Amino acid sequence: MAGPALIPAGDFRTSYAADTTIFPTTTSRNFAIAGVALLCLAPQFFSGYWLSILIQIGIFSIAALGLNILVGFTGQISIGHAAFFLLGAFTSAYISNNAPIPVFFAIPLAGLVTALVGLIFGIPAARLKGLYLVIATLAAQYILLDFFSRAEWFSGGSVPASAEPFSVFGYTLRGDRQYFYVVLAYVLLSYILVTNLMRTRDGRALVAIRDHYLSAEIMGINLTKYRTLSFGLAAFFAGIAGALYAHYQLVVSQEGFGIERSILFLAMIIIGGTGSIMGTLMGTAFVVLLPESMEWISLHLKGGAIDKALSLNTNITFLREIAIGVIIIAFLMFEPDGLAHRWRQIKAYWKLYPFSH
Amino acid sequence: MATSLEVRGVSLRFGGVRALTDVSFAIREGELFSIIGPNGAGKTSIVNCISGRYKPTEGQLFYQGRDITGLTPNARASLGIGRTFQNLALFHHMSVLDNVMVGRHHLLKNNFLTGSLYWLTGARKEELEHRRKVEEIIDFLDLQSVRKATAGTLSYGLRKRVELARAMALEPRLILLDEPMAGMNFEEKEDMARYIVDLNEEFGMTVVMIEHDMGVVMDISHRVMVLDFGKKIAEGDPATVLADPHVRRAYLGEEDEVLVDPDDASHAQESAA
Repeated sequence: MAGPALIPAGDFRTSYAADTTIFPTTTSRNFAIAGVALLCLAPQFFSGYWLSILIQIGIFSIAALGLNILVGFTGQISIGHAAFFLLGAFTSAYISNNAPIPVFFAIPLAGLVTALVGLIFGIPAARLKGLYLVIATLAAQYILLDFFSRAEWFSGGSVPASAEPFSVFGYTLRGDRQYFYVVLAYVLLSYILVTNLMRTRDGRALVAIRDHYLSAEIMGINLTKYRTLSFGLAAFFAGIAGALYAHYQLVVSQEGFGIERSILFLAMIIIGGTGSIMGTLMGTAFVVLLPESMEWISLHLKGGAIDKALSLNTNITFLREIAIGVIIIAFLMFEPDGLAHRWRQIKAYWKLYPFSH
Repeated sequence: MATSLEVRGVSLRFGGVRALTDVSFAIREGELFSIIGPNGAGKTSIVNCISGRYKPTEGQLFYQGRDITGLTPNARASLGIGRTFQNLALFHHMSVLDNVMVGRHHLLKNNFLTGSLYWLTGARKEELEHRRKVEEIIDFLDLQSVRKATAGTLSYGLRKRVELARAMALEPRLILLDEPMAGMNFEEKEDMARYIVDLNEEFGMTVVMIEHDMGVVMDISHRVMVLDFGKKIAEGDPATVLADPHVRRAYLGEEDEVLVDPDDASHAQESAA
């Protein structure tokens, strides 16, 4: 058990309030605050390339967080998450283009619309389990994608829809440096909200359904309501993330948001740790950084024997896909609880070092 | 005394299998009522009908005068019917504390919106108030040392106790205990029996218990019902039920008088000497 061992000796709680904090110790809280402060300085020090990576991690981690509510905490599954992401993107672009609503309000509005659609798809899905649920969510993915290609008024059809840049009360943010803070604020807000959700009534109800749905029902939990709600919440965060992505890219296209993106979202939470909030962030960072590090490695191997044997430069795109597949399999086999669990073990090891026995 | 639960002519069939046939009984408010019978007699089936896991094929159930036959299990929980399971049904990856907190689901008011806004909506205050109530239950069942442990890592006896804590957290008026002492050693059984008596006397809950340990059943129950092949064969106070020849034949087993009767045994010894 890594949990109790991580609480320092002599750290006694004298009230229930002190025992229900987000962070286990004051030090860990201070480290998190320092981390956020450092991130606030990031635009000053990072080049455009690294900043865009950070923004991508931020946006995708919000979507992955939504999926983790559904998969990690409620024990449902969805392979249609990318479609909800895309729905949020199109909706926000559509609202800000066609209504006198600034982007600032269009983003949460897009989240709500996506949540509503998620709830509708969740109603039949809440009655299904296992493989049948996988197929139902697959249907959601294709129904939504088909809608996007047909509804030209909404998505521009085959032409990518344009989205306005982020604006608040007449002031328009331009460039990655400024947009970074928008994403950072959304990431912080989403993660705090979900952390709170998971330590209150409805969050516990979701986890109870995951662990033992029959006894959850006997404990007074309405299974259909909470399974549907879980779909709604997952879609909400996917929608928010999609909307953020739309106003970051300034165009929205279906390109790259097929089923493979849905599976990539699943990969993020599996690698990070299903049912772990911080793990979601780690997993997203891992999946976003993986292709970049592959690129970096192949650059350094250029001209060497490995490069010649595998012809890295021409095959790099395939190798990336393979690497993600291999890593998912490796995580499922060797670390099914993901990076979050590995991180806890590392902390436990250093806490007791050098007297680990 | 007022009637807590009335089961009226309940039958339960799974295809051709008759799990229960026309079972009727009434449990009075504040009673400790035991259901006994051989394996497969339909004891758990009747508890499942009461808690809402099964819908009876025929018959009706009344709880505090209200027809609950058509209600879902979660609606019955909100009315104050709690239960434990024969085979452990804890939330394995949650802490003991969270397991018990889930029991307070229908008593808590915060939802996904107010819960997410924790500090702003009073959800924090409400959670802490209920935490205090949960700690009282943890105190009562002596679970303090394991409250932060993951439920799945606990020993069998402790898990049974956590399950009782979770059912208690619902603040039920009627609590259904499905074999609360199965697989326990003598000391654990003693503790559990004490807890059950306390539930009944101190907390004023009406208790329905399925149990195979006849010693415990005879000692603590007010009334006993015996099922055999899905039919009720006896009901009454423990001594009457124990003496009933039908019950002896079906469940307790008839005693071999020559070997067991102490008077006869002593006579035999005397004559031998």
